[in-house]
Amino acid sequence: MARDAVAADVPEAPAEPAAGVLRSALLRWDTALLVVLAAVVVLAGVLVEGFASGRNLQFLLLDVIAIALIALPLTLIVITGEIDLSVASTLGLCSAVMGQLWVAGLPLELVVVLVVGLGALLGAVNAVFVTKFALPSLAVTIGTLAAYRGLAFVVLGDQAVADFPFRWTDAASSTVADGAVPWAAVVAIALAVVFGVVLHATPFGRSLYAMGNNAEAAAFAGIRVARAKSWLFVASGAVAGLAGVYWTLRFASARADNAAGLELAVVAAVLLGGVSIFGGRGTLPGVLLGVLLLGAVRNALQLADVAADTLNVVTGGLLIASVVVPNAVVLARARWRRRGRAA
Amino acid sequence: MSARPTAPAAPPERADGSRTRFAHRLWLAREFGIVVALGLLVLVTAVDNPAFLSPQSLRDLALGAAVLVVLAVGQTAVIISRNVDLSVGAVLGLAAFATGKLLSSAPGTPTAVVVLVGTGLGAVCGAVNGALVAAARVPALVITLGTLYAFRGVDHSWARGQQVNASDMPRSFLALGTRTVLGVPVLAVIALVVTLVVGFYLRSYRSGRELYAIGSEPVAARLSGIAVGRRVFTSFVLCGALAGLAGVLYAARFGTVDATAGTGIELQVVAAAVVGGVAIFGGSGSVHGAALGALLLTTIGSSLAVLRINPFWQQAVVGGLILAAIGLDRLLAVRAANRLRGRSSHGA
Repeated sequence: MARDAVAADVPEAPAEPAAGVLRSALLRWDTALLVVLAAVVVLAGVLVEGFASGRNLQFLLLDVIAIALIALPLTLIVITGEIDLSVASTLGLCSAVMGQLWVAGLPLELVVVLVVGLGALLGAVNAVFVTKFALPSLAVTIGTLAAYRGLAFVVLGDQAVADFPFRWTDAASSTVADGAVPWAAVVAIALAVVFGVVLHATPFGRSLYAMGNNAEAAAFAGIRVARAKSWLFVASGAVAGLAGVYWTLRFASARADNAAGLELAVVAAVLLGGVSIFGGRGTLPGVLLGVLLLGAVRNALQLADVAADTLNVVTGGLLIASVVVPNAVVLARARWRRRGRAA
Repeated sequence: MSARPTAPAAPPERADGSRTRFAHRLWLAREFGIVVALGLLVLVTAVDNPAFLSPQSLRDLALGAAVLVVLAVGQTAVIISRNVDLSVGAVLGLAAFATGKLLSSAPGTPTAVVVLVGTGLGAVCGAVNGALVAAARVPALVITLGTLYAFRGVDHSWARGQQVNASDMPRSFLALGTRTVLGVPVLAVIALVVTLVVGFYLRSYRSGRELYAIGSEPVAARLSGIAVGRRVFTSFVLCGALAGLAGVLYAARFGTVDATAGTGIELQVVAAAVVGGVAIFGGSGSVHGAALGALLLTTIGSSLAVLRINPFWQQAVVGGLILAAIGLDRLLAVRAANRLRGRSSHGA
């Protein structure tokens, strides 16, 4: 949307010469996020009672894991200039199916495999619409957002399946060596490393940026745009399915409306993490920082007894600031440079 | 997202001679399709249960669609200019609660004033969106995703869990939601008037038509001297104002308002517009199509109930419908492009 409004006449910040490397490192979005996150954590640790406790940090991590998981493939998708809004509905449908399969008496190990496979299948449906029929992913995934959530209700209705074995539900929030770090976070970190390496250290990852900057040029350069995007949507679905398993076990409840509306939080985190909605720009570490920042701010405000509603204002404000501020900086810099040249 | 060049589905009046007729046919086909789908749906349902066509049932249908139609009309103005407003649900909630609060604290307020206040509040929210989008040059999807949270948060912290009930509102206002004119609910009449007025504006006023130009090729629009920022701003104010109006209508219809009014409705609104043939990447579509799309979505809901199909299917059907609509849109665009290409290769 409104790509032109930004791209047409706002010049990109040009590549800095060697002397500017340090300065540009400081001005990088990731660095800024890290500083802000550190400030939030320190401030909250000092000002908010209970924030710095191991138990709270554990809850904080457990809370952001689903968002962090889904944000991983979504980052890659947005970098290619597409979007997947169906992720939370995929999670819900996978959760509902998980409940039904468990009720039907399948062993939970098999259920988990099937559910992740189902997620991949749902992602493949998105992929077919986006790449084979060449439809805009925004419209497609708004469609599947509604369709998958609807199917979730068809599968499970408005009931909940809650009788998962304690061993499994307990595992979803158990921690490494009984410390503050949940095992689920370890899994998420491992996946993050995989996605990070793919994005930042492989030709495939670099080709994603090329697609996001100019899909046509990328295709001419021999990049198989459709195939790459297809894989990303499949990965997005599979990870959403995995997040569905996690969500179901963590809350010990398979429901059709699990994670309803979560897609907005994930998109917010990805954009806050510095990924351009137009594609071609963004890093995975940045997104993880974005996820943690949103999680930490919300957690700290909750502990400080700030009403849940104010949290929404903060989330929205952070999201808007994350896109307005860099633009304002670029605009101001361009103006400053122009003035400098005129003088 | 991806700025995929869409085949030109230009408004009819712009092109010349033969192309006009063709584009016009295309237009007709697009809205004709929804009418046919709607007709089939009503027919099937009525065959199963003739009571579906009873005046009372039709009135309920029109009443149910009214709020969504008003929202979809405003959304269309924004989508045509290649933007989107995801905050409409939150604006509706805010305006609905403001309406309830105003009426419970000052029951004597004339209905006209209430409508103005609600619409004005919506317009202010729209102006915030429009200013951020137009002036700060930030994509509308992101901005309105942010204001969706922000407006809803303001709504919640204002309401603090309170609820305004029908008993707190004067009967004269609630009558707005139940009264009929010649058998047609007032709310439906309002929705119809809004559709016709905005449709006329987009079709016949220069500033309205410029929204199409902006949506089909923003850079060209800017180069040809269209005040892109100002037009986009106006479309957001219009969308916000209509979301505010929809909030007032919501309050009148349901009588009970809390801070969650209209949660999640933004997707239904976008769905209505998309199903109604408004291209999500701007430049084509009409408010009449969007209004029909809203009517179709509402009718599906009641049809499923009448046909005794699990109501849980409704959302799945809506999703399928969106996919079918954008698929059809693409098919028509490809066919149009092929036909134009074929014509030029014949040397015309």
